Amino acid sequence: MQPSPINVRSKAMSFHAARRAATNHFVSGLAILATVIVLAPLAAILFYLVYKGASSLNLAFFTHIPAPVGEPGGGMANSIMGSGVILVLASLMGIPVGIAAGVYLAEFGRGRMLANAVRFTADVLNGVPSIVMGIAIYSLVVMPQKHFSALAGGIVLAIMMVPTVTRTTEEMLSTVPHAVREAALGLGVPKWRTVLSVSLRTASPGIITGCMLAFARVAGETAPLLFTAFGNQFWSFKLNEPIAALPLQIFVYAISPYDEWHRLAWAGSLVLIALIMVSVTLVRIYANRGVLKGGS
Amino acid sequence: MTTEREPGPSIPAPSSLAPVVADADMAPGGAAPSVIREYLSRRGSGRVADNSFAALMLLCGCSIFAIVAFILWILTARSHLSLVQFGWKFFSRSAWDPVSGDFGALPFIYGTLATSFLALLMAVPLALGVAVFVTELCPKPLRAPISFLTELLAAIPSVVYGLWGVFVLVPLMRDVIGPFLSKTLGWTGFFEGPNFGVGMLTAGIILAIMVLPIISSLTRDIMLAVPNSQREGVLALGATRWEMIRVGVLRNSRIGIVGAVMLGLGRALGETMAVTMVIGNHPNISKSLFAPANTLASVIAGEFTEATGDLYLSALIEIGLALFLVTIVVNAIARLMVWAVTRGAPVGAA
Repeated sequence: MQPSPINVRSKAMSFHAARRAATNHFVSGLAILATVIVLAPLAAILFYLVYKGASSLNLAFFTHIPAPVGEPGGGMANSIMGSGVILVLASLMGIPVGIAAGVYLAEFGRGRMLANAVRFTADVLNGVPSIVMGIAIYSLVVMPQKHFSALAGGIVLAIMMVPTVTRTTEEMLSTVPHAVREAALGLGVPKWRTVLSVSLRTASPGIITGCMLAFARVAGETAPLLFTAFGNQFWSFKLNEPIAALPLQIFVYAISPYDEWHRLAWAGSLVLIALIMVSVTLVRIYANRGVLKGGS
Repeated sequence: MTTEREPGPSIPAPSSLAPVVADADMAPGGAAPSVIREYLSRRGSGRVADNSFAALMLLCGCSIFAIVAFILWILTARSHLSLVQFGWKFFSRSAWDPVSGDFGALPFIYGTLATSFLALLMAVPLALGVAVFVTELCPKPLRAPISFLTELLAAIPSVVYGLWGVFVLVPLMRDVIGPFLSKTLGWTGFFEGPNFGVGMLTAGIILAIMVLPIISSLTRDIMLAVPNSQREGVLALGATRWEMIRVGVLRNSRIGIVGAVMLGLGRALGETMAVTMVIGNHPNISKSLFAPANTLASVIAGEFTEATGDLYLSALIEIGLALFLVTIVVNAIARLMVWAVTRGAPVGAA
């Protein structure tokens, strides 16, 4: 008689099952491999930064301005200070506007077409290349003035901060329970006061984190500063003049032909990364505490 | 019914726009004096403050439109000279001669597309692998650290990637990877000619590393948005884990994944510093990936401050305008796709 159909089927099934199991393991292996491959450049970059950068860091790096070509020593003190000036300018301009726009989205514009359009535009603006922002501000500020300035650099970075701050502020405000607002309004507190001292205050850890995220993002920006802040080999304290910036100086040193400058570029990168990593890690710690979620 | 239309003596004139709170100080009525009501009517309703506050917030919200409109306007205005002189042919001509004032953007468009395509070719499979590993395979305690590490990649500034590229990747490409590729795959024609270490392939690799975290973290979020009942349903039918991922997770999130890839593309198109430092900065169109090239962004970075003459500057600004429009479109489409999945909007049959 013919073999029992059940037997045939089970044999075929077992082969089939083995193939499926093999595929399963194979793909799992690929996923693990991909993760390893992705983490390798991170390890390589951090290793080189510490390896090449740490040996070049010394007190002079933080206290001296660049030495002329051929002379040893020198530091990047003016660049660190310049970055600080530009970033403070950018934060002063960008953060209030960003927070206000976020407040509009979360507190006044819920479900409105206009608010959806603002939210969408903010997300799209987030993806506009920084160099395009750079030439736009160059055309607006630098061209009429006919010279580069720290102020122009601050404006570029401020514009780049706005979308990030807006979106995180909105997300943080929308996690504030409605009952809290209603309680305030029920006591007769005007809406503006409710927003400022109840909603914003409740969401403030998240909003501060969002601002730090935006800060960390623009702290390493180089391309838009090329045509706005321009860079400076010396101390400069005037907002109306070209000013040095750490990422800019790293770029100049990296493409220069001098070993001494390469050394400084590595050290500068290490300092820059440390600055950014510290703020990102702080953000992460806050995020894991449950004060906010989805902030990145 | 009709009496309601006539204002009775006891009913105050209905000011339909005034909020309830505002009525409190207008009509104290004969009710028992309450401390709160008295306090409120003494202090006013705060309507003026409220309205001006709302207007201020609205203004700041609309400033985002203003920024986009302003960028568009100023780039168009400043590239007027080149727009008029070359018209649409600007994007199909391959001449780039600042001395004789002859400009065409084709080499940069080619360089941008080639490097971005290379980057996505390398980054997309890896990013999907990481996202699958993090959401579906990896043990719970490892999940957060791995996500954190991939996001650290996104936090490294472009110029540091460039520095690393110049001093680590370029020698590696020149001495190890390049010769290997030209020996094994030289017959394809993609790996021919002198290999200096700088060029489109190196730029593509750097770009791949830079866009990876964006794609993988978005893909991860999209996969996490797939309801667990989908996974359980497929597993209950006897699927292996991979079949569950393929049928239950990947298929449901494909639109979002395409969106994430397009966001990565948007970043790759506009990435400037790292690319400028490793691409070799030469406006040519070559099939070989070893050849130095230039992208839209890198030519602006490299030549903008040295541009002499109004036409030269205007041509560079026009390149910026093109880059702006392209990234706006790519990002808009990508955002819509990602939103469609993560916000539960109608997506179409999966």
